[in-house]
Amino acid sequence: MRDRQLAPGIVAGRIDAAALQGNFTDLHPPLDDHEALVAADRCYFCHDAPCITACPTSIDIPLFIRQIATGTPEAAAKTILSQNILGGMCARVCPTETLCEEACVREAAEGQPVLIGRLQRYATDRLMDKGVHPFRRAAPTGRRVAVVGAGPAGLACAHRLAMKGHDVTLYDGRAKPGGLNEFGIAAYKSTDSFAAREVDWLMQIGGITLATGQRLGREIVLDQLRQDHDAVFLGIGLGGVNALGLAGEDREGMRDAVDFISELRQADDLSRLPVGRDVVVIGGGMTAVDAAVQAKLLGALNVTLVYRRGRDRMNASRYEQDLAASKGVRIVTNATPIAVHGNGAVREVEFEYSDDDLRPTGERFRLAADQVFKAIGQTLEGADLPALDGRKIAVSDRGRTSLPGVWAGGDCAAGGDDLTVTAVAEGRDAAEDIHATLMAEG
Amino acid sequence: MADLTTNFIGITSPNPFWLASAPPTDKEYNVRRAFEAGWGGVVWKTLGEAGPPVVNVNGPRYGAIYGADRRLLGLNNIELITDRPLEVNLKEMRRVKRDWPDRALIASLMVPVNEDAWREILQRVEDTGCDGVELNFGCPHGMSERGMGSAVGQVPEYVGQVAYWCKKHSNLPVIVKLTPNITDIRKPAQAAKEGGADAVSLINTINSITSVDLDLFAPEPTIDGQGAHGGYCGPAVKPIALNMVAEIARDPATAGLPISGIGGVTTWRDAAEFMALGAGNVQVCTAAMTYGFKIVQEMISGLSQYMDDKGFTSVDQLVGRAVPNVVNWKDLNLNYVTKAKINQDDCINCGRCYAACEDTSHQAIAMSEDRVFTVKDDECVACNLCVNVCPIEGCITMERMAAGMVDPRTGEVVREEYANWTTHPNNPGRCAAE
Repeated sequence: MRDRQLAPGIVAGRIDAAALQGNFTDLHPPLDDHEALVAADRCYFCHDAPCITACPTSIDIPLFIRQIATGTPEAAAKTILSQNILGGMCARVCPTETLCEEACVREAAEGQPVLIGRLQRYATDRLMDKGVHPFRRAAPTGRRVAVVGAGPAGLACAHRLAMKGHDVTLYDGRAKPGGLNEFGIAAYKSTDSFAAREVDWLMQIGGITLATGQRLGREIVLDQLRQDHDAVFLGIGLGGVNALGLAGEDREGMRDAVDFISELRQADDLSRLPVGRDVVVIGGGMTAVDAAVQAKLLGALNVTLVYRRGRDRMNASRYEQDLAASKGVRIVTNATPIAVHGNGAVREVEFEYSDDDLRPTGERFRLAADQVFKAIGQTLEGADLPALDGRKIAVSDRGRTSLPGVWAGGDCAAGGDDLTVTAVAEGRDAAEDIHATLMAEG
Repeated sequence: MADLTTNFIGITSPNPFWLASAPPTDKEYNVRRAFEAGWGGVVWKTLGEAGPPVVNVNGPRYGAIYGADRRLLGLNNIELITDRPLEVNLKEMRRVKRDWPDRALIASLMVPVNEDAWREILQRVEDTGCDGVELNFGCPHGMSERGMGSAVGQVPEYVGQVAYWCKKHSNLPVIVKLTPNITDIRKPAQAAKEGGADAVSLINTINSITSVDLDLFAPEPTIDGQGAHGGYCGPAVKPIALNMVAEIARDPATAGLPISGIGGVTTWRDAAEFMALGAGNVQVCTAAMTYGFKIVQEMISGLSQYMDDKGFTSVDQLVGRAVPNVVNWKDLNLNYVTKAKINQDDCINCGRCYAACEDTSHQAIAMSEDRVFTVKDDECVACNLCVNVCPIEGCITMERMAAGMVDPRTGEVVREEYANWTTHPNNPGRCAAE
């Protein structure tokens, strides 16, 4: 057991199957009925509640919690889903500690917010377990909309459009829909194939044709989509990964964190998934934390997450940082990678300490590494896209791009945090604008 | 630690906390446990006539309502008087009193309204060595259908008559337990006093249906698809009980009549409130049924600390202390002007005060864009609703305006002197002011 954990290099089966299973169960187990009632009782039903304002999708949180407290979790779920059709996934992956729960007045009162995220999961799970889809598709309008990207933004947009009676074709470059929900989130946040189940449930609205293996710029092109449809929504995410720009970046063992996370999510048997003994993760966002924590849970002996600025500048929330630390990830801040050493395969990564403005200090150190995950951000990929704002597609507050009849939302669009819940809000709002536009055309 | 020894109509007990006649006092086993826990006295579960005892339902006999976190706020019961043979109860009472001579032991009685029945039962309970009797004229369910319990308590003439018989045929102190299921609680209290009763105890339980099963369409507790009204008790009834105690305490016809206060007493504070309104002691049931007998320890320590803080050396110094301040509405000082004030340091910005005031009251709270809530003194009528709905105790307070200030709501100068409705110019029947 210990021997396998000490084995150098990138190998599978560092810890036994039972331990692996335990490591990758639900990070927050679902609330049972009693726990949900106790948690719901704590909500004050605030006026114009701060939690609603803090939610990118503006879910009426006090109302849904009151519906749980009065024994109607299915009604609560409808309250949630009418604002956020991916309310089930958001209940699992939202950084509630920096959104609704941070704004909860009981956080102010006692430092213990109402468990909004877990109550949201309780309600949505109850509805989905019953196989109920609480929305009905309106009479067909005869309008055709292409939604490109079946991630959170695209799914939210497609559902809202289908509900309005439009015929939607939902394109995705991968073999499976779900986007980052399916490929990009730590496994312990979305267990039991939840992302896939949620997509299946969402598709019950009808009127959505799923076309997988259709990547923009490869199998499909924007011009043709515009010709064939009355409107196009781009929810293509960020397909590219930033490089470190260092010599030795192509050494064996160097890998993009998103690929590791994706492979792990799709793995049938985690005991066959190899991981390094000494793992170094470079970056300070949620992707970095997800990669670092999961490497540790897979059995890596030493996992070090290195971020170039101070802890308070990390994009990963304090909660996520603490989660990583609690799992045994060592967090090093104010250190910039300057070299990747090794002979064929990576052996060490060399860093230099820097201040918050990235000014080097001259102090250097090396970390042993047989596997390095790069998580320093993703980039928009694609040609012939609408006009950009910086490195993302420029959009209006309703998701309109520079091209007539083309909307965009989610991570590929400028503005807003790169969060699942933000993507859902943008997809939903763009759908409303597409609908209003198509109907106004008569 | 203050001495809590209580002398109630000649019956002494080490503290004023008695267990009311109810399920917790139905058996020797329970009563011994109660005394071991520290209860000052016990009113034994109501005894009926000799002969075959009453029977209880065999389905659920309690129903409840809850507050947040499933705190039991109100309990309803359809249990009848003791369903054990009279002889068994009497034997047990005698044994318990023998072993616990310093504790009060009261026999609760309920027999039909005829003199022989009362004379008979009184003779039998006297032999137990009990300290007094309590006449159960209060039970609103079951027994009342048979002409006993609240069926007696609702007719002052019967109340007075039975009290008279009891004083005539026994030397024991007589407490008359009153039903709240009556329009004017003062009438049976007056009748009890006129009949010679030494004290009244109140309230017994209130007619109630706690809830309805929405699948069976039947009241709860449900017996084979049906339900009967029961007697309601617990924290929810305390305000009703406090008022009834005060009504008797301040009625000139019954002023000074000893009162045993009953109704939702859950903490030492509840007990102190009853006593301040004139109760010489209190009786407890639901709190014990909810949490067990141990709660009396908190009641003893809490009341002792309070009395020490106040410098009271005897519970008598507390009893009735608030009675002079219970007045009629017309006597309230209309020159007492207050305004709500929100302490911004304590405020957690929930906005409940705003919703309550804006939707249901006087639109006297302003909400800024950044969720700062402030009182508009020119609209505030000092109704207190914001204080009541605020989840943070002490965050919103009512601040009195000093005499000489102008009330921005009315534009009038706040007057120093006391003035009430009886002299108000808007009162068509006003008396001439001095």
